[in-house]
Amino acid sequence: MIPTKPTKEIMLDGLWRDNPIFRQILGICSTLAITNVVLNTAVMCISLTLVTALSCLTVSFLRNWTPRNIRMMVQTLIIAFYVIIVDLILKAYWPQMSRNLGPFVGLIITNCIVMGRCEAFAGSNRPLPSFMDGLFNGIGYSFMLLAISVVRELLGMGTILGIAMPYFSTPYWDKWIIMVMPPGAFFALASIIWLCRSMKRKGAKS
Amino acid sequence: MNNIGSEVWLAMVTCFAAVFTNNILLTTFLGMCPFTSVSREVKTAAGLGGAVVFVMTFTTVLNWLAYKYVLIPLELEFFRFILFIIIIAAFVQFVEMVIDRYSPKLYQSLGIFLPLITVNCAILGASLFMVIRQYSFIVTIGYGFGSGVGWFLAILAMAGIRQRLNESRVPEGLRGPGITLIIAGLMALAFIGFTGVLN
Repeated sequence: MIPTKPTKEIMLDGLWRDNPIFRQILGICSTLAITNVVLNTAVMCISLTLVTALSCLTVSFLRNWTPRNIRMMVQTLIIAFYVIIVDLILKAYWPQMSRNLGPFVGLIITNCIVMGRCEAFAGSNRPLPSFMDGLFNGIGYSFMLLAISVVRELLGMGTILGIAMPYFSTPYWDKWIIMVMPPGAFFALASIIWLCRSMKRKGAKS
Repeated sequence: MNNIGSEVWLAMVTCFAAVFTNNILLTTFLGMCPFTSVSREVKTAAGLGGAVVFVMTFTTVLNWLAYKYVLIPLELEFFRFILFIIIIAAFVQFVEMVIDRYSPKLYQSLGIFLPLITVNCAILGASLFMVIRQYSFIVTIGYGFGSGVGWFLAILAMAGIRQRLNESRVPEGLRGPGITLIIAGLMALAFIGFTGVLN
């Protein structure tokens, strides 16, 4: 059995060193589409973090009883199970948000980051470290996406979480409508990847 | 008769919209992972794109049938995530076996892409959109096919551009995924330009 990394290392890896977004470029598919408004992104990120952490925990618990050759199917079903719970909770208590997010809650199932963490870490580690790994990868992922959504909402609509911002909502600021449209997500994500990678490289040199 | 005619017309409009103005990759970002990783060469991109068109058309139709005739009568709509995934995985497996058995040549060019498709978010995404937008059967066919073609076009264009990109100097931090995303953004802008055509 592989010796488990200390918890602090796992946390740092998930948050920064192996950040899902700009290091692994995983799982941007199902979430990028709703980063035009901060609130939607926040709800989506919380759902995704919960699903990742709990799926990793469950996969890790079951790892000794799962036959190797059908493990992908088992993992998918575990993930789907948690996604259904999240979807039903949202539908019951926050129908408006559920409609806003549309199919994207369901698409967490095929989000590569959940499957990726289950396969790469939880499948061969004890439950608690797996849970932490899932949790911190989720958080690392969320904070990049929230950064994207803040930039998009601020530049595109002059608000953050629906609250008008001092300079950006005044007529002095020409709203960049393109930022809340799909192409804006590509540009925002590309800029953030560029920024983070350059920062990392500088850190590595010194 | 008139009813069917208008359905077909609607299906064609939906198909066109799915290819250009509502491109599943460029407006909802589904299927980004293979899009950034498999778009290095035109040939492989075309192979994957072809497989996506085929699988997407059939799985959306199959899922429509399953949703309408199995899940709704049983009132198990919330179960759709699991059922759709199973149908997609089973279909891909089935196609793989059939191609392997009857056309080894096609299998060699397409076979390696098929397992990748099961985890392609765009395939599941198309099925979920189809449920949420409550498409009828004929419209679903148009939608599934159109979404596949849209994805195919986007990845093919991207692969063509990236081959040229090999010879240009890109800032270091932007190399690889960064520049791919910026190009995708520009492509999305171009595709949005088609919106006027539909109105």
